[in-house]
Amino acid sequence: MISLQPRAMPSKLMGYLAPVIALCLTLLSGLVLFAILGVPVGQAFHAFFIEPISTLYGLSELGVKAAPLILIAVGLSIGFRAQVWNIGAEGQLILGGIFGGAVALYFYEIDAWYVMPLMMMAGVIGGMLWAAIPALLKTHFNANEILTSLMLTYVAGLLLSFLVHGALRDPDGYNFPESRLFHDAALLPIVMEGTRLHIGAIIALFVVVAGWVLLSRTMLGFALKVNGAAPRAGAYAGFGQKRLIWFSLLLTGGLAGLAGLFEVAGPIGQLLPTISPGYGFTAIIVAFLGRLHPVGVLFAGLIMALSYLGGESAQITLNLPVAVTGVFQGLLLFFLLAADVLINFKIVRKARGQL
Amino acid sequence: MPDFAPRSDTLLVSMQAISKLYPGCLANDAVDLNLAAGEIHALLGENGAGKSTLVKILYGLLQRDSGHIEWQGEQVNIASPAIARDLGIAMVFQHFSLFDSLTVLENIALGMAVDASAALHLRIREVSERYGLPLDPDRSVYSLSVGERQRIEIVRCLLQDPRLLIMDEPTSVLTPQEVNQLFVTLKRLASEGVAILYISHKLEEIKALCDKATILRGGKRVASANPAVESARSLAALMMGDELSDVAPRVSSANNTTHMQLSRLNYPASDSTGISIQDVNLDLKQGELLGVAGVAGNGQDELLRLIAGEVMPVEPSSIVVNGLNVTTAGAGARRQHGLCCVPEERLGHAAVPSMSLTENVLLTAHHRMPMTSYGLVSQAAGRRFAATIIEQFNVQCSGPDAMASSLSGGNLQKFIVGREILQNPDVLVVSQPTWGVDAGAAAAIHKALRALAESGSAVLLISQDLDELMHLCDRISALCAGRLSDAYATNAVTVQQVGLLMGGATLEASA
Amino acid sequence: MNETILLAILTIITAATPLVFAAIGELVVEKSGVLNLGVEGMMLVGAVSSFTAVHVTGSATLGVLAGMFAGVMLALIFAFLTLNLQSSQVATGLALTIFGVGVSALIGQPLIGVAYEGLPNVQIPVLSQIPVLGRILFSHDILVYCSIALVIAVSWFLRRTRAGLILRAVGDSHDAAHALGYPVIRVRYLATMFGGGCAGLAGAYLSMAYAPMWVENMSAGRGWIALALVVFASWQPSRVLFGAYLFGGISILQLHAQASGTINIPSQLMSMLPYLATIIVLVLISRDHGKIRRNAPASIGKAFHPTT
Repeated sequence: MISLQPRAMPSKLMGYLAPVIALCLTLLSGLVLFAILGVPVGQAFHAFFIEPISTLYGLSELGVKAAPLILIAVGLSIGFRAQVWNIGAEGQLILGGIFGGAVALYFYEIDAWYVMPLMMMAGVIGGMLWAAIPALLKTHFNANEILTSLMLTYVAGLLLSFLVHGALRDPDGYNFPESRLFHDAALLPIVMEGTRLHIGAIIALFVVVAGWVLLSRTMLGFALKVNGAAPRAGAYAGFGQKRLIWFSLLLTGGLAGLAGLFEVAGPIGQLLPTISPGYGFTAIIVAFLGRLHPVGVLFAGLIMALSYLGGESAQITLNLPVAVTGVFQGLLLFFLLAADVLINFKIVRKARGQL
Repeated sequence: MPDFAPRSDTLLVSMQAISKLYPGCLANDAVDLNLAAGEIHALLGENGAGKSTLVKILYGLLQRDSGHIEWQGEQVNIASPAIARDLGIAMVFQHFSLFDSLTVLENIALGMAVDASAALHLRIREVSERYGLPLDPDRSVYSLSVGERQRIEIVRCLLQDPRLLIMDEPTSVLTPQEVNQLFVTLKRLASEGVAILYISHKLEEIKALCDKATILRGGKRVASANPAVESARSLAALMMGDELSDVAPRVSSANNTTHMQLSRLNYPASDSTGISIQDVNLDLKQGELLGVAGVAGNGQDELLRLIAGEVMPVEPSSIVVNGLNVTTAGAGARRQHGLCCVPEERLGHAAVPSMSLTENVLLTAHHRMPMTSYGLVSQAAGRRFAATIIEQFNVQCSGPDAMASSLSGGNLQKFIVGREILQNPDVLVVSQPTWGVDAGAAAAIHKALRALAESGSAVLLISQDLDELMHLCDRISALCAGRLSDAYATNAVTVQQVGLLMGGATLEASA
Repeated sequence: MNETILLAILTIITAATPLVFAAIGELVVEKSGVLNLGVEGMMLVGAVSSFTAVHVTGSATLGVLAGMFAGVMLALIFAFLTLNLQSSQVATGLALTIFGVGVSALIGQPLIGVAYEGLPNVQIPVLSQIPVLGRILFSHDILVYCSIALVIAVSWFLRRTRAGLILRAVGDSHDAAHALGYPVIRVRYLATMFGGGCAGLAGAYLSMAYAPMWVENMSAGRGWIALALVVFASWQPSRVLFGAYLFGGISILQLHAQASGTINIPSQLMSMLPYLATIIVLVLISRDHGKIRRNAPASIGKAFHPTT
């Protein structure tokens, strides 16, 4: 009989290996899934994983998709370490888009250098405000942040829909629910000619480094980790728990808001009723896959970005439903959680009925 | 050493050559144990001597690796607690297996594998009245005191009409008066023919209660003895072997400078299950070791967290350390003013189980020692300090990178106490520092606390272990239901008097 | 009585029923000490599975069974990961929802736009003839009656039966339950599967009776609202019923207000109501720390690994 035996120390090796095992298992089940869907396995595999990154443009698109995932997931990693379960990043992203987009529309056709910085600030503030609600409800009323932040995501989606149907609608847009196209000063600078890769990707890299330093080298990062691993020890050490809850939520909210602003001022270029293909939720997987470590998040973000591109590419070439992407993402997280057992446990074979 | 065991055909239970191997540790090494009906038999030994393992095998919670068990002369295989119960074996655990949110009746029903019926309700009342163990079957467990909780376990056992009752360190949570009551109940049971296996390391209790004693040391049965004819000293020698050494009586190093003053400390319970701290007053002098006795659950945890600054007291409380009012200061600020604490719970409160010793040093030491450079945490400084603690306090571990949870209880406790002492606090508050710690580590911790007081710091020792308090402290007080008694010079009070204090009485009134 | 109001009451009942199923299932799961955040995912997969089954076989019974079966299957994944492999219950629950959203969208692709007439109403003889009350109380599809019966059954099970007592004990302290020889893992498996079945049934009700059709992401957060309802109900079955009907009322009233055009508030803002209401009740109920601690199963969300 197989049983689990706790390790004396968590295995570092398995910490690195588990995501690799999970990826391999996901690929394997992907092949099975393709076979079930009745598409040629080799072709589907190629369309999903190879084709999207076989061109320079494809690679740049990888960056476009990875940037928001990485931005949000760095924030989530830091929050999850402190056991602050903000799963409403999608809503915070939307609010960032709304706030930043509103600034862009307010300064419509004003060609000034300060428009973009103002938009970014507004995006961050929008995300932070939305995240401040669960923070306030958690610290003052003990309300579960998982449920409140998630409920607010639905509210945020409806708010965006309301605004693009009303106040922010393009006055010359034949009543279509969308805003004006942003003017040039309100669009993100492109870093690679002929692609959509914008400076958000550079900022995401910077955030990775900053997050890394915060978590591994500062007292604040240490306090967050202690609070997550043993809250009573955190109180004993004098790390204010409420302060850490506020910090985690505002940080993630701000980064998600920034990601939302990057979406509307980057690839989209206007406000639409939907501005994200679920980046805020996928970032949860990115955070776990990246071992709640900013550098890990960087790689995990690229992998998950590929799953989006692969889904689109498979839809075009093989007519596969886009939903396949969601299935892959869910499977990956399952396999990762399963593989993680190897970090803390050894699998041993135990003879039964010895006496 | 003569063996008092009667011939095996009159024995109720006979455990022969029982061995149990844990990874890296032989917990029981060919241990024999014989019990006759109506006998109160002590199983004596230090922490880690193998007592718990042996009785868990007898109760079916653990399986022996070798040896065999005879019940009334017939070989039995006790594969589960259910089988043990069917044989007539009942056990009162040291840590009660109770469900806080359920009622006494439901708890007993679960423990006996029967329905929570009206008939059971009636029987609980009968048994509890018959043995002088008052218990309301409809109360929820969370609202009961520790002593009352133990009564649930005892009543549950008695309801099964046991032939053998195993009691694992039953008195560690009781006041001396409650202990006397328990002994009356146990002697009555024995007179009715029930065999009692009584696990303890408290020698005076065993002399007062038990007919026979089996002594374990390092997993081996080292002797059988008749406690009535042995002296406490000779029993201790058998129990501890070479480790026994006489500790010189303490000479007080206290003087008249007040290091910490608590006045009218108040803290309301966060909910109905918590304890409110009420009007606690305390003067802690330089060089003094002041003890706080009390049964667990009387506000020890709340008091420590209040002093440490984890929770904030309400008006009109005041906490003054070295002349500075720190009542509203947070935990970090209090440390900076020289007030350090060691909470009772080692894993999860005093230390983060999943972090290295180096990181666990950072946890508290960063307030009093340079642990950062340019705003960034210096792992090297933490590692150096961890190495110093490991060396000075003889902590057995693989080094500063060892995870806190990988250390044994005693070694982790030495590390934690060392971490606080080496920060040179002016006031050190320690809660239950030797609870569940092996004898060697306990002695080392006692020595370190004395040395700290002698060096001019003040030590407040919160403990359930009266022997420890009477032995170490200059003055002693007791905590009962969140109120702290006056403090008395240790050499001017008896254990019985401290017992009265623990029960909430005052000495003047009862004198 | 005004026909519109009568219809509104009837729709409140249909809107509340999936919440009753999902929340009562999750209540049992949480009572055993397990927090399964994947209710939303299990509901969606239940909804799409039942709709597929009913579309293929034409049998409503098979549809309902398929929904429950799918919910149980997903719950088994959750149980295996958290109970056997000791994965974090929070993370695994989130994974279950993400997975459920994806899988249901994939399976449901060919079902979009397919019509189904919905479950037939069961008129209770005589009683359903009572004016007004007869229609409100005694003229529903079979699952509405089932949902009420289920709440009563769960309440009885938890309070009156020995198995229910063991389940509560496991949720209160798995270590103590294990020490007394109760099979903690098995109890939690069964509870989690029951919760999965209920969530699947809730999904089946959505796609077969409430809608009745398949739309991607059609549960629209109801799984999460069900989770909030369990907290709102302080883990007491009868209050789940009350809470579910309260929420059903809020979501239907806003729909009717939008449709009738009597209230001039943009539809999106009205649609926020159920979500905002969830937040408000959570805040109201969570404010009292002590109450939550007393009522919540003490070992909820904690991993259990038997050491002996």
